[in-house]
Amino acid sequence: MLDTELRTMIDEVKNGRMDRRGFVKRMIAFGLTAPMATQILAMGGVAMAQSPAPYKPTKRGGGGPLKLLWWQGPTLLNPHFATGTKDQDGSRLFYEPLASWDAAGNLCPILAAEIPSIQNGGLAADGKSVTWKLKPGVKWHDGKPFTADDVVFNWEYARDPATAALTIGVYQDITVEKVDDLTVRILFKNPTPFWADAFVAVVGCILPKHLFADYKGAKSREAPNNLKPVGTGPYKFVEFKPGDLVRGEINPDYHMPNRPYFDTIEIKGGGDAVSAARAVIQTGEYDYAWNMQVEDDVLLRLEKGGKGKTVYSTGGDIEFIALNFTDPNTEVDGERSSMKTKHPLLSDPAVRKALALLVDRGAIQKHIYGRAGRTTASFLNGPDQFVSKNTKWEFSIEKATQLLEEAGWKVGADGIREKDGKKLKLLYQTSINGPRQKTQAIVKQACQKAGIDIELKSVVASVFFSSDVANPDTYSKFYADIEMFQIPMTQPDPAQHMRRFHSRFVATKENKWQGRNFPRWVNKEFDAAIDAAEAEVDPVKRAAFYIKANDIMWQDTVVIPVMHRLKVGAATNSLRPVLSGWTNDTDNIQDWYRET
Amino acid sequence: MRQYILRRLLIAVPSLLGISLVLFTVLALAPGDPFAELATNPNVPPEVAMALRAKFGLDDPVYVRYLRWLAAMTQGDWGFSFVSRMNVDTLILQRLPTTLYVIGSAQLLALLIAIPVGVYAATRPYSIFDQIANTLAFIGFSLPTFFTGLLFILIFSITLDWLPFVYSSDIKATGIRWLFEHIRQAIMPVMVLGLFQAASMTRFVRSAMLDVIRLDYVTTARAKGLGQPRVIVKHAMRNAMIPVVTLVALQMPAVFGGAIVTEQIFRIPGIGSLLISSILSNDTPVVMAVTFVFACLVVLFNLIADILYGWLDPRISFR
Repeated sequence: MLDTELRTMIDEVKNGRMDRRGFVKRMIAFGLTAPMATQILAMGGVAMAQSPAPYKPTKRGGGGPLKLLWWQGPTLLNPHFATGTKDQDGSRLFYEPLASWDAAGNLCPILAAEIPSIQNGGLAADGKSVTWKLKPGVKWHDGKPFTADDVVFNWEYARDPATAALTIGVYQDITVEKVDDLTVRILFKNPTPFWADAFVAVVGCILPKHLFADYKGAKSREAPNNLKPVGTGPYKFVEFKPGDLVRGEINPDYHMPNRPYFDTIEIKGGGDAVSAARAVIQTGEYDYAWNMQVEDDVLLRLEKGGKGKTVYSTGGDIEFIALNFTDPNTEVDGERSSMKTKHPLLSDPAVRKALALLVDRGAIQKHIYGRAGRTTASFLNGPDQFVSKNTKWEFSIEKATQLLEEAGWKVGADGIREKDGKKLKLLYQTSINGPRQKTQAIVKQACQKAGIDIELKSVVASVFFSSDVANPDTYSKFYADIEMFQIPMTQPDPAQHMRRFHSRFVATKENKWQGRNFPRWVNKEFDAAIDAAEAEVDPVKRAAFYIKANDIMWQDTVVIPVMHRLKVGAATNSLRPVLSGWTNDTDNIQDWYRET
Repeated sequence: MRQYILRRLLIAVPSLLGISLVLFTVLALAPGDPFAELATNPNVPPEVAMALRAKFGLDDPVYVRYLRWLAAMTQGDWGFSFVSRMNVDTLILQRLPTTLYVIGSAQLLALLIAIPVGVYAATRPYSIFDQIANTLAFIGFSLPTFFTGLLFILIFSITLDWLPFVYSSDIKATGIRWLFEHIRQAIMPVMVLGLFQAASMTRFVRSAMLDVIRLDYVTTARAKGLGQPRVIVKHAMRNAMIPVVTLVALQMPAVFGGAIVTEQIFRIPGIGSLLISSILSNDTPVVMAVTFVFACLVVLFNLIADILYGWLDPRISFR
């Protein structure tokens, strides 16, 4: 039961010759579980029979104000300049992409008439082009029609290095051409299995050509509309005060029926996460607050008041401990953690495995992350079809001790293990952040029991994550033995998430430590799996490559996943926000409403 | 007099230059990167962050950046925010009204409490009133604003549900209701700041007044048969106000500079919260502009205080 037969069956379902239930039954007969069968069907290009988000309001408007509280307010409103989520969230109220992501990581059409697929001719079989059909009759807030010219212009705008757009990475390697007024085609140089990056979700927000055409390139910063967005979105721009307030009002000509529900919208910025949680959950002054980085205990206590609750969305954000494969304490050619060195302790697989056994993920979840985290053994945790079922984790001091004993690490006079005169002492660094320091303490305690001495270090986040070449404390320089932080997964596809550990991205002095492979791990098998996945158009095989890559990382203990983190928001009881862990909170803002 | 002002202004120039040089160097030496947030975002290739650094001139040597900044500043160009990609002056002017309103009201409240209470307490030292005023003042300035701020929120917003604790710079009502809402949301921050100021100022006014009230000329005024109110207000208070004026004058720049902690707690979109968020995001042009304007105001209000001395006490001459 391999490829050909499976393909035929998928085709039959597509053409309607076989129904979905029949397909699932046949698959079960082959020994596959029902969810897996549905997944294969989805990957084969058939939209899942999902229930679209139930949107109840039957008329546009009438919902009163929607008050959002972001504890860091948007500082600019041009989606191509957005440095952080906050800016993207603010711009997304007014600007729209061709499609957005739903909670499961599926595409929902916004400015597109339909989602490109093989059967509607949108996707080329060789994976080298995508054709998007645009929704007819969409108007910009100033009444001008939205056409393919606008889409093409955004590509030209963003890819011009002089514009200094932060979305340049999305647009620089593609070609966009206008087919007719309502059709655009994206051409890729190589077969691109993940084609839904350009013009999708927040990085895909489209600016109006008629207002920005004169401000492409070096003049980009002078565009008056950088601060006064004119988009196609559900809300029209009213007022913007950077870092403080974004205000919008209903767009009466919005292109989706019965939407939006609210008459006005505002994002208030500033303050801190705890008091934002209070303003939503406890006093109900605001309707929704974002990014509740607050201890679960505190949230549970606030929720007892009953005016609001926390809402969770699952993406692929992973908090993990990375192990350094090079020696941070030896300098070679003016570079510490150089590729020419080998870590004296961590190059021993037994030490790495023992460390993984000493991270008590259960306790970390219970005492620190609560409902906002899930324990995991994998670096790659979503979307579902890419998640490995082969990895597992456990916490066992005994097993770790045994492993170290067998590898010849004997307890010395001071209670610390040593071998060949090398003591098992590790420097463990992370950024300053309450939950991270607590996690450090939990890990340190377990390591002590197993005879590993851990020295803790915490660095201010603005330094730790800085790209400042002169600073020795950045995560990418990695002048420590192990380090911990979170890598967000910004799209429901593992390509960028997994690529970073490819050996060609090793962070070195030569590339000014801009390489993303900071553990400096090199594994030919992993490289091969990633290279193969990136060229593979067949979704089933591609998923298999990523699962394999994840499993290699797990076997080799390159990183120790600490927590699969969920996005946490706070909403009043009556609000029905439409959220997804795969995109920004406001990416489906047109579907938000209030239950009356 | 005019010559005096001119001379003082000329002296101010080198000191402001010195201040700006120190500020700039410290900011340039401080670790951090305005584009740090991009580093962990896999969507943004590292070259983009490098190109942005180059575009905003962050890779140039410090002295080049300082001279460039100085040249722009003398032409009235306050700089361009890395984070908001807009001119710093617009950013600051947008925040100024709220700061002036909230912090200004707080200072006014502080004066309205401190002067009568301080003066009255000084006229009757060690009376019951004086004892109570002193105790309250002591408690007042011992409690930091972040504590009283949170306490007020817990009492008035959460338990009693009387006042909002998120300040909105944009109220959608008109007429009386607009005014009412503005006053309502400012009550807590103004109280927190005003009472804190009032506490220290009361003690100051009281001691200044005590110094003056025992002098011979006050006794003379009393001996002439003048009434108590007249003696206190016309004779004693005017002289006692000299140190108070210094204190108030030095507080004035803070009215423009905002109150970082209180603004953060109540989400007041003032200069203080702009400063702190710019520091956190390493937006150096904004930090530079705010701190430098603050320095200019300190110099200016010092001058104003000196001129006011002459008006309060004609014996002081300008040389």
